[in-house]
Parts: sequence; structure tokens; C-alpha cells
Amino acid sequence: MQLESFLEHSAARHADKIALVCGDRRLTYGAIDNSCNQLAHALIAARVERGDRVVIFLDNSVEAVRAVFAILKAGAVFVPVNPTTKPDKLAFLLNNCRAKALIAPAAKAAQLEPLWPLTPDLKSIFWVGDAPAVPVGNGKSSQRFGAEGLPSTPPANKCINIDLAALIYTSGSTGQPKGVMLTHLNMVSAATSITTYLENQPDDIVLNVLPLAFDYGLYQVLMAFQFGGTVVLERSFTYPHAVLATAVRERVTGLPLVPTLVAMLLQMDLSRYDWSALRYITSTAAALPTEHLLRFQAHFPQTRIYSMYGLTECKRVSYLPPDQLQRRPQSIGRGMPNEEVYIVDEQHRRVGPGVVGELVVRGANVMKGYWELPNETAQRLKPGPLPGEMALYTGDLFRMDDEGYLYFVGRKDDMLKSRGEKVSPREVENVLCGHPSVAEAVVLGVPDPILGQAIKGLVVLKQDRPATVKDLKYHCSQHLEDFMVPQLIEFRAGLPRSANGKVDKQALLAGMANQREGGFSNPPVTGGLENPPSKDPVEQPA
Amino acid sequence: MQTIRHFVVENFLFGQGGDRLGDRDSFLEKGIIDSTGVLELVTFLEKQFQIKILDEELVPDNLDSLEKLAQFVAAKQAEKRAAAEPAILAKM
Repeated sequence: MQLESFLEHSAARHADKIALVCGDRRLTYGAIDNSCNQLAHALIAARVERGDRVVIFLDNSVEAVRAVFAILKAGAVFVPVNPTTKPDKLAFLLNNCRAKALIAPAAKAAQLEPLWPLTPDLKSIFWVGDAPAVPVGNGKSSQRFGAEGLPSTPPANKCINIDLAALIYTSGSTGQPKGVMLTHLNMVSAATSITTYLENQPDDIVLNVLPLAFDYGLYQVLMAFQFGGTVVLERSFTYPHAVLATAVRERVTGLPLVPTLVAMLLQMDLSRYDWSALRYITSTAAALPTEHLLRFQAHFPQTRIYSMYGLTECKRVSYLPPDQLQRRPQSIGRGMPNEEVYIVDEQHRRVGPGVVGELVVRGANVMKGYWELPNETAQRLKPGPLPGEMALYTGDLFRMDDEGYLYFVGRKDDMLKSRGEKVSPREVENVLCGHPSVAEAVVLGVPDPILGQAIKGLVVLKQDRPATVKDLKYHCSQHLEDFMVPQLIEFRAGLPRSANGKVDKQALLAGMANQREGGFSNPPVTGGLENPPSKDPVEQPA
Repeated sequence: MQTIRHFVVENFLFGQGGDRLGDRDSFLEKGIIDSTGVLELVTFLEKQFQIKILDEELVPDNLDSLEKLAQFVAAKQAEKRAAAEPAILAKM
């Protein structure tokens, strides 16, 4: 089964059902399927071929949803990129996957102009909005992302289920993003497992405020199309009350959240809204402090709350059944349907209950690897029990209790999670060090009640090269996505070194733990792990 | 308006590009403020202008541009003055 069949089957069964609500636009399955067929023909006419990568650089919108399915119907691979990505990183991503086409907002045409001479493999740009008058040149065609005059019959199917459907870039500890290769089979399998444990039905209406460039947000659309429900798509959670008013008006039954949004919601007066239609809430991407989880459940007594864990490399790993929430709120549950999880020691041998080790996942949802990065792939995918099978070594440390419930302990590398988004300290350090006044920089995570972890940069300036905190934050904002820009920057005369000459992060974290830290005026909330084995104050659950 | 402009430029644009920010430019459209930014903005407005902003007032119509922010703050201050008057009358 191909991923685009989610849309095609639902369109065949309920052509007139509203599939997507976005602002004041309401689109049926039939209308979306027809327009995606047309847009697929447009891509094919621009010589997008089977297996070609097409980057989607859009905000959450009708066009972004159409782009996903148009690319799949053309037999190509969609690459969703966060719309706050800055031009230099976008150029890197376009070149890294040798994207053939880019779908971007016309409003960004001027900002993207410097990219055209730098991206030789990119042959077509499709603009959402009025195509800019400024020509693109450089051997590239430029056109509006539109369906006019194109057939609404589906293009011939070219792929099989083990072909790639998507490439989703994820941050790595080396600072370079890695493209997670996902086949149709990977994505169909993951979506099926998830909709099974969430018990989704066609009458579910899901509100999505998460970026479609993030697999958690993307799958809200994919899964809703699979079970024939409705997605209410919001651009962001910037104006929370407007979003909640929409949720209530549309009688939304499902609300996927990240812990940052849970924390924000807990500061609002939720009793003013009628939540009677809300069947379930989900939370993943970072650890949900136990106190927040329990307070949240108290606000929504009729709603099932699913605390979950996953990673882009396999979409999702586990979920805590809601009826276990009171009993073991710190657990992120057991493996989802059609998947096996286990914990191994340093020699890759399975360990028993209570022993901390690395979590390993096997299942049809496990990625095929990182795009053109065999070494990095070999660190995460290792042979599983069957010949030719690759199991995913998550890089996360867990322990299991006697009944197989998982408890997050820490990360093996020093990746951070801020607002539920993965942040590579190295990537931020590289950017800081790119500023002419910076001699050295180290980036750490500090606990924050809303962000999960706030990003803190400790910077040593060059002699006679003054710079302010604001100068450095501005510099970062020009090269990093919003959620990666440090909230806190501190200047230091020097950085402590450990015996091997590297910056001693442990010493820095220990020093900071002795002070009151935090990005917001609320005191840090307690909660999280029971019996954490490490006293490291920054090792927050991911 | 100037105080508000200064705060937005300093905190969300890191001191740069203030001359390119029009009074009517939508923060949402321009990607200038996100959900955590709105919280900071509200804290600033409440402290700076001694007003209390209600949850339901956190909507684009009130907050999504410099001009809208200025109008919203002016309206809240007028509301506050109107609420104070009966107390003055009562004393007389």
C-alpha cells in the first residue's frame, strides 16, 4: 500500500466529507484528491521523476497538505522543511538531498534569490501565492504552484511500498542535519499502529497546531486521511485562545500537544471552554513532568491522555495506556502495536527489568537509514534477530519495570529538547563561533518549566572584539531556526577543560545547578523521574 | 507606540531591522513572534502600562501588529480610567 492511498481510499469512500479545515477554508476529500492529482501532473510536467526529492518549505496550510500528496502521487519523495529555516541551511538541505524541486511561499522569493546559483541540482521552483516577477535563472524554471488546466485523473502509480516516500531531516550531535529515509511501508505501518492504539474512528476531528515539517504534526494529517476523519489545521499556537476557541467550535475530538503547550495551557483558564467533545489528548517530543500531567488530567477528567515517546527514526516507539496514568505517570508506556522494544547493555545483550540500558526498536516502522550517511546510519541501525533485518538503536537510556513499562533515564549523547524540538548543542555552538567576536562557545540545556530545556550559550569573546548578548542572539536568529536560538547567553573569561582538553560540560552544569536558572518568572516545577540514577540536573527526559 | 516598537525590536528582532518593521505588519505573517513570545509580550505590556490583560484578549486583533498593540493598550487604559471614576464621584 502506498501512502497516498490514504487520501485516495478516503476520497473514494467519502468524497463529500470535509477532510481539512484551515482558517475559513473547508475542503472535501474529493476536492483535495482531485487537486493533488492535478498538482502531481504539474510536478511531472516540470520533469519531477520517480524517486526525486521535492522540498516543501511552507507554513501549515492547505497548500502544504496538497504538496505532500501531490509529490507522492508523482512518485517522488517529499522533504518537509521547517519554514523558519534560514537560507544558508535551506541551501545545505537542498544540496544534501539534491532536491529537484522546491515549493515555497512567493513572499520569500527575494530572501531566497541568493540560493539559486548555489543549488545546481534544483531545477524547478513552485511558488505558493503570486509567482514573483523576478526571474530565477540559473537553469531553473519558476512557476506558480497551481492546478489550472491539468487533468484531475491520478498519474500512473510508479512506486512500490519499499520505495522512499519521505526524507525528514533531524538534528544530529555533530551539528549537521541528517535525512531520515522513510519508505511507504515505514509510514503506513507507523500510522496504522498509532491509529490503532488511539482507537481513531472516522468521526474523529483532530486539531493540529504542530508544524507539518515535524513528523508529529505531519502524521496528524496522514493518519486523519487514513481513518477518514477531519483535520483542523492551525499555523501555530501563537494566539492560544483563538486556537482553543476554534477547537471548541469545531468540536475537536483529538488534541495532540507537546509538553511546552501543556505547560502554557495550565497557565490559562480552561474552565471557560466546553471540552465535552474532546475524546483524547496526546503528548510526546519531550518529557511531560508528572505534576503537569496529573494537573492536566484534572482539567480534562473526561478525556483520555496518552503520554508517548518516539523518534523520527521510527516515528513512534511507545504510549502509556490512559488507564495506567494514575498508577505509573512517569512511564512512557510499552511498545505500540506491531513493534517490539527491548533494552540492551553495552554489548548489545538484552537486559532484564530494572537494569538501565539503551532502548532498541524493531518493526516495519524503522527507517531505512540516514540519506547518504553510512557511518551515522551504522551507529543507529544494527542487525536484528532475522537475516537482513536492521533494528534501531535509539541512543536513549531506559529501564523497564516487571510488567514491561518503560521509564526514560537519559540520552546517550548531549542533544537537547527545547519546546519539544531537538536542538544540537554543536550546531548552535558552530553558529556562535561563526560570529567574528566569538573565540569559544559552549551550549547547554537548563531546566525551564515551559520550554523543557532553555538553550544557554556560554561565550568567550575575542580580545578587543566586543559584542553584546543581543548581537549574538541576532546573529543566531539569522542562521538557526527559531527554537534553536539561545534564550540565555552569558559571557565568560574562559571555559573549564577536562583531562582530555575538551570543554568540561559536567563542571559547567554543576556550577549552574547551584544558582536559580530559568527563562521565565515561574519557579521550575518539580516532577519527572522517580529514583533517577544520575544527579545531573540537566538530564531531563526527552 | 514607540515604547512598544522598541520592546518588539529589541526582544524579537534582537535590535536589528526595526526600520523594516511597519506599524501595520502582521507579526504572525512575518514570523516575528511565536507562542512563547506572546507570553513575554503580555508580561511587558502589563508591567509597562499597568493594565491587566485577560486570557480571551490574547487574539491577533489585539496583538498582531504595532498599530494593533498601541490601539489595544490605549483602549485598556481608557477602560481603567473609566472604572476608576465612580470611586472619585463617591468620595464627593
